[in-house]
Amino acid sequence: MIGADDIPVIPRGVRMQFDRVRDRWVLLAPERTVALDEIGRAILSEIDGARSFGQITARLAATYAAPEDQIAEDSRGFLGTLIDRRFLEVK
Amino acid sequence: MSVNPPIAMLAELTHRCPLSCPYCSNPVELTRRDAELDTATWADVFRQAADLGVLQLHLSGGEPVTRRDLVDLVVAAREAGLYTNLITSGIGLTEKRLKELDAAGLDHIQLSLQGTDAEMADRIGGYRGGFARKMDVARWIGEIGFPLTLNAVLHRQNLHQLPRAIEMAVEMGARRIEVATVQFHGWALLSRDALMPTRDQAREADAIVAEARARLKGTLVIDYVPADYHSDYPKRCMGGWGTTGLNVAPDGLVLPCHAAQTIPGLAFDRVQDRPLREIWYEGRAFNAYRGTDWMPEPCASCERKHIDFGGCRCQAMALVGDAAATDPTCIKSPHHAALQARADAFAAGEAAFTARAAAG
Repeated sequence: MIGADDIPVIPRGVRMQFDRVRDRWVLLAPERTVALDEIGRAILSEIDGARSFGQITARLAATYAAPEDQIAEDSRGFLGTLIDRRFLEVK
Repeated sequence: MSVNPPIAMLAELTHRCPLSCPYCSNPVELTRRDAELDTATWADVFRQAADLGVLQLHLSGGEPVTRRDLVDLVVAAREAGLYTNLITSGIGLTEKRLKELDAAGLDHIQLSLQGTDAEMADRIGGYRGGFARKMDVARWIGEIGFPLTLNAVLHRQNLHQLPRAIEMAVEMGARRIEVATVQFHGWALLSRDALMPTRDQAREADAIVAEARARLKGTLVIDYVPADYHSDYPKRCMGGWGTTGLNVAPDGLVLPCHAAQTIPGLAFDRVQDRPLREIWYEGRAFNAYRGTDWMPEPCASCERKHIDFGGCRCQAMALVGDAAATDPTCIKSPHHAALQARADAFAAGEAAFTARAAAG
């Protein structure tokens, strides 16, 4: 499970792209495409290879004026799924 | 019926290949080099595909690296905005060419595995020294940092190597392995007696995959195509006919799946003659088995009809002579019991196989 000090990294071969035909954002990965909702896109957009998970959830809580605990819980679930599928790494 | 745009396109750049695997997915009638689409036509097809909604492009063959313009094709695919995957045996790739593909923006490589040692791999692939070359290529892929999927095609003669294949994927740093039991179309159908796994092998493979998935969670993703002759339900072939993906053959024919030409009476369009968008939405072959209206019983009233769409049309054609029939690997097919008995008989067959021919 991703911890507050872990730094999530989007590895080579995984990228966000706007799907202009379907008018939505997607995460493209080896032989897989994941449709992103606004929240998923917001979380992934915060990942820059330098910010820790804790810093990311604090920023999202400030941006969306939402409780940080709730943001952390939702983000942990979302990113955990991506880690299990090898679409995301932590350092 | 509403038709969604396709997500994926398989571009079969060529049928030429240095290997001669007996389960080759190319048609038995191979396309000659002089009939292959040129660079500019492929680049146009990639742009049309992206405009149509394709996000994932698989550059395949034959062996796609036999195309001298492969680097240019990767550039064209990336310029079109496509996530670009190279499906290769590795034979013909040098470290220099891999670096050029890296600079061109290639996103991902899928490397095929014919066996886990030289003795097996070179016998199945029919190419002496092929395994050693593949191991070099795997090392260069790792050094450059390409994301890697290992693709192991398994059959009766190499299924015992599955645990080692999974280990090799981890050692190579692959994020995924595709464990694909051989599918019996085209060339593979000619060698069915030699390749059909036994029922015990099929069950053992199920168990090995389940154990490895749990043990390697977060390290290696395992995609598994089980032995469907020994299963209860058919595979969801192509994610549903005309719903998700399309294939373009080396000569420009646009196919709903790689074996679709084995279905008599289907009319296919060529990218040289008609826009890809029209072919996808209006082409007769794509509409032939789209949705569920074409289904006879027992599929028509089946609660699984949106799960597996009645299975594989080409398999129904090959096994019961009717492409609209329920895939006989389904327990609801009247031909299912007979097929399972035949599968056991095939699995007891001779081990000699027919190697794929060379494309001219």
